[in-house]
Amino acid sequence: MSAIYILWLRQLKRYLRSRTRIIGSLGQPLLFLLALGFGFGPIFRKAGQGNYLQFLAPGVIAMTILFTAVFSGIELIWDRQFGFLKETLVAPVPRLTIMLGRTAGGATVAVLQGLIVAAICLVAGVRVSGPAALFYALLYMVLIGVLFTALGTAIASLLSDFQGFQLIMNFLVMPLFFLSGALFPLADAPRPLQVMAAVDPLSYGVDGLRSALAGTACHFGAATDLGVLAGLTALLLALGAYLFAKIEV
Amino acid sequence: MIKVRNLVKTFGTFVAVRGISFEVREGEIFAFLGPNGAGKTTTIKMLTTLLKPTSGSVELDGLDPAASPNEARKRFGIVFQDPSVDDELTAYENLDFHGVLYKVPRKVRAERIERLLKLFDLWERRDSPVKQFSGGMRRRLEIARGLLHTPKILFLDEPTLGLDPQTRNQLWTHVRQLNEAERVTVFLTTHIMEEADRVAHRVAIIDHGRIVAQGSPAEIKSSTGSQTLEEAFLALTGETIREEEATGLDQMRRMSRLWRGRRA
Ligand SMILES: Nc1ncnc2c1ncn2[C@@H]1O[C@H](COP(=O)(O)OP(=O)(O)O)[C@@H](O)[C@H]1O
Ligand SMILES: [Mg+2]
Repeated sequence: MSAIYILWLRQLKRYLRSRTRIIGSLGQPLLFLLALGFGFGPIFRKAGQGNYLQFLAPGVIAMTILFTAVFSGIELIWDRQFGFLKETLVAPVPRLTIMLGRTAGGATVAVLQGLIVAAICLVAGVRVSGPAALFYALLYMVLIGVLFTALGTAIASLLSDFQGFQLIMNFLVMPLFFLSGALFPLADAPRPLQVMAAVDPLSYGVDGLRSALAGTACHFGAATDLGVLAGLTALLLALGAYLFAKIEV
Repeated sequence: MIKVRNLVKTFGTFVAVRGISFEVREGEIFAFLGPNGAGKTTTIKMLTTLLKPTSGSVELDGLDPAASPNEARKRFGIVFQDPSVDDELTAYENLDFHGVLYKVPRKVRAERIERLLKLFDLWERRDSPVKQFSGGMRRRLEIARGLLHTPKILFLDEPTLGLDPQTRNQLWTHVRQLNEAERVTVFLTTHIMEEADRVAHRVAIIDHGRIVAQGSPAEIKSSTGSQTLEEAFLALTGETIREEEATGLDQMRRMSRLWRGRRA
C-alpha cells in the first residue's frame, strides 16, 4: 500500500513541477473549444441540435484525459531510457503493485488536467445540471483516466524507445478520439461510423460524461457505459501488469 | 550466499556470458574483474532479476531469482553502473522513495538518509532537484541510495566510476564496515585492480564472457608470478586482446549479426 502511495506521489510531484507541461497541454483543448465550439455553434443550432459548446465540452474534457493518460503511461519509456525504471524493477515489490501505483499516478494527473479543462468550460458558459452531475462526471473522468493510463503503460511495456510513439499517436490515440462521438452526435452519424464508434472505448466515456454533465439520456445507456469502461479497465490493468512483469532492461 | 553454475546469456547470436560458474560465501567481499564488455554487468543483471538467463542456474541465499523474484529481491541491494535516479525529484525524495519501497521504517529512514547524505557530502543540497547535480554528485547519490537499506547481499557495479579519491575512500570504508559489522555479502565489479586487491577477499577475472581465473588476490598473483593484481590481470587477459586484434573482421561480422538480431 505504501509502495502504491509513493509511486503515485512521485508522478504527482513530477506533474506539479512541470508547469510548462501543464500549460502546454491546455493549448489543444482550448483551441478545440474556441475554434470548433464557437465556429460550428451557429450551424449546429440551425440544424436544431442545440448549443454546440455544451455538446462539445465533455468531448474535449475526455480528449484531454485521453491524451494525458496515454502520455502518462508512455512515460514508462522515459523512465526506461533514463534508467529510473531499474530502481523500481529490482525493488522487493510485486510488479502488479508497481503497475497499480504508476497507473494511479498517471490517472490522477490526467483527471487533474481534465478538471482544469472542465473549469474552463464552466467559465466559457457550459452549464451543469446539478451537483450530482459533477459527481457522476468525476466518476466517468476517473474511469477514462485509469483505462487509458493502463493502455499507455501496457503499450510502453512493449517498446524500448520512442520510435513507435508517432505510430501510436497517429494510428491509435487520434482515431480513438475522432471516432468517439466527441465532436459529433452519434445518433445521426452514418452506419459505418456508428459501428466504429461502438468499438471505440472512448465513445462510452464521452457518452457517459456528456449525459452526466447535461443530465440527458445516454446514447448507449448508463449501464453499458459504466460496464464497458469498468470491464475494459480491469482487463487492461491485468494485461499491463502481465506485460510489465516481463520487462527486461 | 551466491551460487552460479554454467550461466549463459545470449543477445541474438552474440554470447555475452559463456557458461560461468562461481560461488560467493556468506560475509565475503567478492570482486568481479574484467575489461569493458567482458560480461560483468550482464551477469549482475541476471543475478538481480533484471535479465533472464539463457541457461544455467543461479542461487541467491538459496533462492532462484527467476522462479521467485520477489523473495530474491528482498535479499539484495544494488548500485547500478548506469544512472538510475529520478532527475525531477530532489536528492532527499529519491532516497525517501527508495526507503519506502524497501519498507525501511519512517524514523530509521530519516536517520539513515541524513547520515548517508552527510557521509557523501550531499546534505546541503538535499532539497535540490537532481537535474541540477553534477555527474559526481549524481554518482554519490546513487551510492548513498544503494546503502540505505541493509540487505543480505550488496551488488556494486563499478561503484567508483567517476568518483574523486576522497569519496572512493569513504565508500570503501563504509562497505568494509557494513561487511564486518552486519555481515553483508558484497559482490562488486571494478576495473581498478588496486581497489580490488585492497577490499576483496576473493576475486574472479572474467574476459569475453568466460572466467579465466578465480581465488584470493594473493593466489591470483602467485599463480601468474606477478607482483600486483594489475600485472596478473594483464597476464591473464592480455592474450585475448591480441587475439581480438587478429580477428577484427570476425568482430565486425559479430556486430552486424547482433544489429540484425536486434532489429528483427
Ligand atoms: N541488451 C543487450 N543487447 C545486446 N548486447 C548487449 C546487451 N547488453 C550487453 N550487451 C553486450 O554484451 C557484452 C557484455 O556487456 P556488459 O555485461 O555490459 O560488459 P561489462 O559490464 O563487463 O563492461 C558487451 O559486448 C555488450 O555490448
Ligand atoms: Mg558494466
